[in-house]
Amino acid sequence: MNAQHLQFVPASEFRQRAAAAVADEHLRRSFRGAMDFLIGKRAAQFPDASALERQRALAEHIRKYSLARLPELLEQLERKLTENGVQVHWAESPEQANAIIIDIARRHGTKLMVKGKSMVSEEIELNHAMADAGMEALESDMGEYIVQLDGEKPSHIIMPAIHKTKEEIARLFAAKVPGASYTDSVDELIGIGRAVLREKFRTAEIGLSGVNFAVAETGTLCLVENEGNGRMCTTVPDVHVAITGIEKVVEKLEHVPPLFGLLTRSATGQAITTYFNMISGPRKPGEKDGPREVHLVLVDNGRTQAYADEQLRSTLQCIRCGACMNHCPVYTRIGGHAYGTTYPGPIGEIISPHMLGLAATHVLPTASSLCGACGEVCPVRIPIPDLLIRLRAEAQHDARPGHAPLLGQGAAKSRLADAVWSGWAALYTRPALYRAFGWLATRFRALTPPMQSGWTVSRTPLKPASRTLHDEMAARNKR
Amino acid sequence: MEGCGNRKYPEKPASVYFFGTCLIDLFCPEAGLDAVRLLEREGIEVHFPPDQTCCGQPAHSSGFPAQTRAVALAQLRLFPEPWPVIVPSGSCAGMMRHHYPKIFADDPRLLVEATALAERVYELSEFLSQVVRIRLIDHGEPTRVALHTSCAARREMGTHVHARTLLDQLPGVEVAVHAHESECCGFGGTFSLKHPPISSAMAGDKVDAIKETGAQTFVSADCGCLFNLNHTLRKREDRLQGQHLATFLWQRTGSEGGRQ
Repeated sequence: MNAQHLQFVPASEFRQRAAAAVADEHLRRSFRGAMDFLIGKRAAQFPDASALERQRALAEHIRKYSLARLPELLEQLERKLTENGVQVHWAESPEQANAIIIDIARRHGTKLMVKGKSMVSEEIELNHAMADAGMEALESDMGEYIVQLDGEKPSHIIMPAIHKTKEEIARLFAAKVPGASYTDSVDELIGIGRAVLREKFRTAEIGLSGVNFAVAETGTLCLVENEGNGRMCTTVPDVHVAITGIEKVVEKLEHVPPLFGLLTRSATGQAITTYFNMISGPRKPGEKDGPREVHLVLVDNGRTQAYADEQLRSTLQCIRCGACMNHCPVYTRIGGHAYGTTYPGPIGEIISPHMLGLAATHVLPTASSLCGACGEVCPVRIPIPDLLIRLRAEAQHDARPGHAPLLGQGAAKSRLADAVWSGWAALYTRPALYRAFGWLATRFRALTPPMQSGWTVSRTPLKPASRTLHDEMAARNKR
Repeated sequence: MEGCGNRKYPEKPASVYFFGTCLIDLFCPEAGLDAVRLLEREGIEVHFPPDQTCCGQPAHSSGFPAQTRAVALAQLRLFPEPWPVIVPSGSCAGMMRHHYPKIFADDPRLLVEATALAERVYELSEFLSQVVRIRLIDHGEPTRVALHTSCAARREMGTHVHARTLLDQLPGVEVAVHAHESECCGFGGTFSLKHPPISSAMAGDKVDAIKETGAQTFVSADCGCLFNLNHTLRKREDRLQGQHLATFLWQRTGSEGGRQ
């Protein structure tokens, strides 16, 4: 299957999916409930607002510092990893990343790859590429396993199956897991999933994982997880392939704890996850376990476009906690699938245009009321609303002089919108004309159109008052 | 965020500028007049530059920077005296206070002017409570009121607390806290036109939450939110209507009452 095709998001389709989602009472209730739960869990972890601000400032500085030195840190990371016996690969595109991984898999005669949770592997549609190459890629994170079993994509970057109820999962397991009988006990369902996966861990030739932080100075790959499946994927099979975006590198080990602490508390409201894996190379002579080969695939996929622009670079500060979507009133109402991209919610709206181009994604940055809830909770202080506004502008205009065009630059250009806003500016920069407009609009308010585009779908029309404030103030001053 | 908590407030001035905002000008002049009346009752002379139009926010949030800049520039020099500029809207105040310096960042001369203006911009409830230190005398009947604070007031200006502080001065007013109070009402300027189903769902949920408190009315210091919620309620043929904070305060403290 073609990744680009899958992730193309025509404006009309996004609107249709969003409309269908808000009309779905069941989806609305379940997302609201789940997001409220996560918001509460996070809030309980941050009782002291000023302490949180200090931690956010530190995390932001670590991310900015790392990005400022990204080229040299990546080279240092490659050097250290190579010294540690890890094979480093660079992929500019999803196709290159898939080709690298498939090549490794084929060399090891792979029939089955077990996967820990990795959004970058979703981004490159690795599972489809593996299937096309005749190999199975099995998700082992319970949420990802459920979503894969049902032929879906994750609806949340941390909780992939959050859109599904217990009952839906029960029916899914009964229908799709060989030998499973229907149960809606959560513990029993997890037991069924684990029994399947246990066997798969033992037989898989390759384990794949994501990376949360790659430490340049030591060549350490840090992996944050709760279920232990990440540790299984990275230690049991003979070959471990880690995949991550080029932005995940930090310079020193001491830069990890502040980010890790904010990641888990922002994401799931946990002080720390059950597992924190630090991977520093393959099995050494005399060691009894661990993979014999470790690979790291560093994926660009549009990140260098964001990196090249001073303002857009902050997009890459993201540590993928998902707090922006948990707190987003739009995400809460339409869920993750409506976005049609790997990364939904506010972070998806600002990162997808770099991965897929503005031609495919220009509607996404408009799907925000700019309420600022995302920016308020972002642990690394990405100014998400400012970036949404910037992308709206880039989608509707040619590149400014001295700026390289973004992929799909100007894809949403509209002569009508240009004319409307230029007319608006002409009126609002001419005070006498503006006052005359106000006088006319108020005196002839009976002529106000009763249908006002999207406004009157669920609202009565806006109608000017009988006199403007300008009129009232002028009359007062005369008295 | 940047505006929250750490702003240093001056002594109460003798004169202020009033920036009425385009929404109040055309759709809700009463709110602007009531704000002016509240200020004048405190012995402050209110100057309304007649050439003012709009802060530029609609074009800014829609991604039209050239038009934003033109309209913002048309406001920049309307306030020559060093008086505070009072804005009866958290989002327009936020635009002038936090975005003007960014808009003119490429022109050092204009940047200096924009920064100097930004430093003098106050949202109305912020100015009344923190600079005027107004003491309100309540003449109204006991009532139950919900408060909707705009997202810009809450997250950009940090002034949501001031609206609450003012309401808390009124012994007859019980402020009912509604579910998901910090959540957006779904207005978002052109967002409400571009994504009607999502915007309507948000407005509907906000209205439901306010209704659930049993409040007799609700107030907001932002007309965008008020129009969004009031017109949603009218479409539902619901009689509940919100008021601008200035109007609510003026009506309860009365022209002849309050502080004389």
